[in-house]
Amino acid sequence: MDPTLLSRILTAETLAFHIIWATIGVGVPIFISLAEAWGIYKKDDHYILMARRWTRGFVITVAVGVVTGTSIGLMLNLLWPRFMQLAGNVISLPLFLETFAFFFEAIFLGIYLYTWDRFRKPIYHWLTSIPIIIGSALSAVFITTVNAFMNTPAGVQIENGEVTDIYPLAAMFNPATPSKTAHVLSSSYVACAFLLGGIAAHALLKGRHSTYHQKGLKMTMIAGLILSVATAVAGDMSGKFLAKNVPEKLAAAEWHFETQQEAPLIIGGYLDENQEVQGAIQIPWALSILGKGKPDGEIIGLNDFPVDERPPLYLHYLFDGMVLIGAFLILISALFLYAWWRRRNLWHPWLLRGIVLGAPMSFLAIELGWIYAEVGRQPWIIRGVMRVDAASTTADHVGVLLVVFTLLYITLAVIAVSVLRRLFHHHSPEKELEERRIIL
Amino acid sequence: MPLELIGITVLWTFLYGYLIVASIDFGAGFFSYYSVLTKKEHRITQVINRYLSPVWEVTNVFLVFFFVGIVGFFPDTAYYYGTSLLLPGGIALLLLSIRGSFYAFANYGARQNSSFLFLYGITGLLIPASLSTVLTISEGGFIREEAAGKVRFLPWELLTSPYSWSVVFLAVVSVLFISASFLTYYADKAKDGPAFETLRQYALFWSSPTMVASMWVFMALSRHNEEHFQNMWEIAWVFLLSLACFLGAVYLIGRGKRLGWAFILVMLQFGFAFFGYGFSHLPYLLYPYITIHSGLTHSNMGWALVISFVAGLFLLIPSLLLLLRLFLFNANYVQGKK
Repeated sequence: MDPTLLSRILTAETLAFHIIWATIGVGVPIFISLAEAWGIYKKDDHYILMARRWTRGFVITVAVGVVTGTSIGLMLNLLWPRFMQLAGNVISLPLFLETFAFFFEAIFLGIYLYTWDRFRKPIYHWLTSIPIIIGSALSAVFITTVNAFMNTPAGVQIENGEVTDIYPLAAMFNPATPSKTAHVLSSSYVACAFLLGGIAAHALLKGRHSTYHQKGLKMTMIAGLILSVATAVAGDMSGKFLAKNVPEKLAAAEWHFETQQEAPLIIGGYLDENQEVQGAIQIPWALSILGKGKPDGEIIGLNDFPVDERPPLYLHYLFDGMVLIGAFLILISALFLYAWWRRRNLWHPWLLRGIVLGAPMSFLAIELGWIYAEVGRQPWIIRGVMRVDAASTTADHVGVLLVVFTLLYITLAVIAVSVLRRLFHHHSPEKELEERRIIL
Repeated sequence: MPLELIGITVLWTFLYGYLIVASIDFGAGFFSYYSVLTKKEHRITQVINRYLSPVWEVTNVFLVFFFVGIVGFFPDTAYYYGTSLLLPGGIALLLLSIRGSFYAFANYGARQNSSFLFLYGITGLLIPASLSTVLTISEGGFIREEAAGKVRFLPWELLTSPYSWSVVFLAVVSVLFISASFLTYYADKAKDGPAFETLRQYALFWSSPTMVASMWVFMALSRHNEEHFQNMWEIAWVFLLSLACFLGAVYLIGRGKRLGWAFILVMLQFGFAFFGYGFSHLPYLLYPYITIHSGLTHSNMGWALVISFVAGLFLLIPSLLLLLRLFLFNANYVQGKK
């Protein structure tokens, strides 16, 4: 196989693995901090314990996130040297700032972990969680601006493959930046709400009807509903951004070939040999509303683009999957809160099963959305500037690296999961409260 | 000061920071495993873990900072080093990944696991060896630019070069020396007698190979890259100062007194040598293909980087000081009371 294809596979694999841990790294600190703050405010040891237990698991995931993040950072240079040579001029500011944010987070994570009982007032310890949240959110924002630049390059003049003029801030705040960062942040938070909520729901389903897990579930589901609605709003922003700035990506996702007004939204279905859509659910005007905010908005079709600049058409299924999962998350958290409000049976097994299902589904949605965003840019590595095959390394041995890193990721995943399981399996929250001599 | 000189100074300083903190970390991992092997773990493991636990993640950032920064300031390095270092870089990356994750698995997992500790310890010696090859390659002779801008790495030349082996040897023994002298100081602060004695012996043991390796590197470099060696010769006083600091440090460690000063002398020893080496390497970043004048053709970005760097320091320095105050200069924590 040629180095370009191997480099694409290795980069995709590394990122696909990394974003699972990175999402946890961005989202979970919010919940740890919330739980600790609520626990201190209400003088409720359940929440303090919740923060402690979440932190304990969080450290393991952070370690894997850090090493895979270092990997992707260095791999960009090793696998895409010509891309980095060109883009290094332009994207170095956000990359540099991202490292600062990461530094800030790393310092305070160390402090947070080892000062649980060291300060006179518990509030001081809680305060050290704020820089972790800020650091992790900022590093997500900065790295997303780099990706946004690759989608809609701005703030740079390029002549004959040479950069001639750069405006660093304009490059960072390119047209894709607002919608992308909003969607990345909100979806990370929502995935973590469902990850932690799913764990609590799982424990409740297993018959451990402890107040600890009940409190955890209520807290994460309130956050889950707010955040999943926010994610949908951010997704709508992204749709409007795509229709205006990267129409081929939206058109590929919706199998929208002819430029037209009153464009319908398509769910499911398949394409026959004449590129006709079969067996799909069509929602009239919905694509125009998604893209332009009005039923008669004109949506540009794929046929307006040269054949060799069109992204692949399987994107449609990824897009559908992501949107459907998002809708499911809103629905299930809304149902839970509705049952709570109307004093129905909150702990109904089917409701709990739905929340447990929400945990892996929300991570799947993140993977789908990310693949959609990346593959939707094909064949460009920087849209309109540099094609992927012009960017990759010319060195041999990419195949060796691919095998080695595949094995590494499998090993890391297996060990991390088993370490996490062992950490909590024989150590129930009730037992831990007893050990800490807290009687409730 | 011209912008490219500011850039390379900032980056070199961060690499120096990484050299010190990572050496402590790598060496500590090795000593930790070695003590398990020789059934002395009850003596030193506790001291090592108390220091390492809160800072292991920070160490990693110094390195990331350097490689992100160098591509930012000098994008050509991405092309030459990126293309040629695919295999050595991949190996270093693999080792770093194993080390970082297994530290967490071994220390925050439910139980101690000796195979995790083994991986953690052994990678502590292999990483400095693999990272030091980048410095070797920067001297030239291991990369050839063929027609049409195609860059080729010559692994065989690297593996058979006496210079490259001298650098690897220096990297490994320096790691053990730096680490042992820091941990001696830390054990002394912890008032942990047995750990102090063991670590002091390690430090003294590794001091002589450090000196031998340094001499070897000088000699090998004089044959490998004469131009660079001449430049170093012109600032020989820097290396003599380094030697004086080394002798002072060994004297203090030998007497077992003023160990804080001893470690500062070790830092100065490597500081003089490292900055002297770096200064005499200029203007080349990769001999003879990349000089510092090749980068930063766009001063907009250069200034943006320098400004963000200064702003970042305002955030970092107080945070780092807080970290040090809580875990390094806090008698109660160091002695394990809290």
